[in-house]
Amino acid sequence: MATSLEALFIKTRSENRAALIAYIPAGFPSQQGCKNAISALARAGVDAVEIGFPYSDPVMDGPTIQAAANISLQGGTGAAEVFSTLNFANQAGLPAVVMTYWNPIERYGVDRFAQEIARNGGSGVVTPDLTIEESDGWKLATQAAGINSIYVVAPSTTDDRLARVTQRCSGFVYAASLMGVTGTRTTISSGAQSLVDRIRKTTSLPIAVGLGVSTREQVRDVAGFADGVIVGSAFIKILLQARDEEAGLESLSALAQDLVAGVRQGR
Amino acid sequence: MSEILGHFESYGGRFVPEALIGALDELEEAHNLALVDPEFQRELKHLHLTYTGRPSILTEVKRFAVHAGGAQILLKREDLNHTGSHKINNVLGQALLTKRMGKKRIIAETGAGQHGVAAATAAALFGLECVIYMGEEDTKRQSLNVARMKLLGAEVIPVSAGSRTLKDAINEAMRDWVTNVDTTHYLLGTVAGPHPFPTMVRDFQKIIGEEAREQVLELTSRLPDAVLACIGGGSNAIGIFHAFIPDKQVRLIGLEAGGDGIETGRHAATITGGSVGVLHGTRSYVLQDENGQTVESHSISAGLDYPGVGPEHAYLHDIGRAEYRAITDDQAMAAFALLSKTEGIIPAIESAHALAGAINVGKELGPDAILLINLSGRGDKDVQTAATYFGIEL
Ligand SMILES: Cc1ncc(COP(=O)(O)O)c(C=O)c1O
Repeated sequence: MATSLEALFIKTRSENRAALIAYIPAGFPSQQGCKNAISALARAGVDAVEIGFPYSDPVMDGPTIQAAANISLQGGTGAAEVFSTLNFANQAGLPAVVMTYWNPIERYGVDRFAQEIARNGGSGVVTPDLTIEESDGWKLATQAAGINSIYVVAPSTTDDRLARVTQRCSGFVYAASLMGVTGTRTTISSGAQSLVDRIRKTTSLPIAVGLGVSTREQVRDVAGFADGVIVGSAFIKILLQARDEEAGLESLSALAQDLVAGVRQGR
Repeated sequence: MSEILGHFESYGGRFVPEALIGALDELEEAHNLALVDPEFQRELKHLHLTYTGRPSILTEVKRFAVHAGGAQILLKREDLNHTGSHKINNVLGQALLTKRMGKKRIIAETGAGQHGVAAATAAALFGLECVIYMGEEDTKRQSLNVARMKLLGAEVIPVSAGSRTLKDAINEAMRDWVTNVDTTHYLLGTVAGPHPFPTMVRDFQKIIGEEAREQVLELTSRLPDAVLACIGGGSNAIGIFHAFIPDKQVRLIGLEAGGDGIETGRHAATITGGSVGVLHGTRSYVLQDENGQTVESHSISAGLDYPGVGPEHAYLHDIGRAEYRAITDDQAMAAFALLSKTEGIIPAIESAHALAGAINVGKELGPDAILLINLSGRGDKDVQTAATYFGIEL
């Protein structure tokens, strides 16, 4: 059976557009605040959400997501809260995946984690620091649970290795737009498109581009060549800087609407 | 045991962003080539002879030994190396590899500052740009070493995230590396991190045990009963252990930082008090909570204040080839004072953990035993911490 994420990409391909995927850590800015943000994103027309499992040592993340993860951890977010947020997104009708560093999965139990994702209506998991060499157990667990396993590839990934990584992927391939950590950037590196072109030669899976995408113009540009555009830090920055949660949600909705329009202008 | 793909059975491996795979492969290849390249070996040996001050000497400490059950106690004097610790052994090896890979910039993490000082030293010697990440907390307790690094021309970046210690410095160095991997080598200071670091750093440190094994045999005509070393990430310990691993009758004992005591939860004894997990790109023992979040470690010694440990130690522990024990802050400081007053050698607080272990093991084994201890560093950098601890006014 197709996951809701797979169904989404079938739909957006038939509409000849890219999907807009929003990233937010569970428990940020608070447990309820995160759920409110997900509702706002759904109302604004965002296509899917990636729910972050906050982690103490996020080596792929820049200051913005680090700050959000800290707030979330101080709020007591653990696996239970992540699954509850996932469940909420699913109820809100949004295809949802969890993005997590590897250790929380290993600690929870690899099979159990995959089963809980499925049980809460999640489509899959993005694992930014799980290399394919270490992924045999995870492959079996995700297959048994019927969820997607999404790996992140980088501009430095060789063609030969791209083929091997994308073979382990399902749902979509996450293409990191640049060499670096998460965070907003003023320009999208030209490396993003050439990476997407190289990935296409290895797989027919949808390809979503993330890292550094934050404005309507950037979303539009990436939507021109990718199947999905992932935006995280830009949303989180708004919530971090907001006077209160209500004001934050209002600005979040405004940006989401803007990006939802941008993703439809790419082609 | 196989080391294929950098595993020590289920430990080790690579848990890193895909962006780093190319650099890790390149490093592994450079290291493998260097291992069989006589020119590389000659260059490193020459540096050790004329710059590091190798071989380091063995010192018998008879007045100290009186307090350790009368055993014969031999110190492997890594404290006498240039820059004051074993860290230089690894740094010179990796700096030569950096040159071979054509990279012009090195970055490094440091806790006690000894690895940072060694890295900054090698950068000065080889004309490389050098950036050192150091937890803000550690920049305070090891301010002398911060000044040394700056004098050597390195840029020191205090890290204010998380626990502001070594673990967070490593996070920040990894972020820098992901961003600048084309031009930059990450000169990791211990036997942790993703493959090939645990094996490569061990290969550069195992000279300690190779020298010491010959020196002990020459001096005593037999092998020691036990070899002891402190455990931060585990590089000085694996360095002195490695040559003795085939000698099954020689006990290998690693001394972890017990902080305020394991039972208080405020410690850095990863094997004694932790569980299996993944941290900083490798699977090993980790101090973590039920959600897999790293728990902050605590130790009076900045160099041991790390919630992870090298994967080869996890393996040696599980197969029973090495034992790991915890030494509290107070036990370490008592041994620190004892060696200073009985032998005129001020040890690094890290190394004082090994000395405290030797006091216990010496009493257990009695006067016929021979104990070899890795004196991994000297205590100059710790004078301020020790003065505060002992109430000496500065
Ligand atoms: C003198 C000394 N000994 C030991 C250590 C701990 O590191 P490792 O366990 O890698 O030898 C350090 C680290 O800074 C150190 O400076």
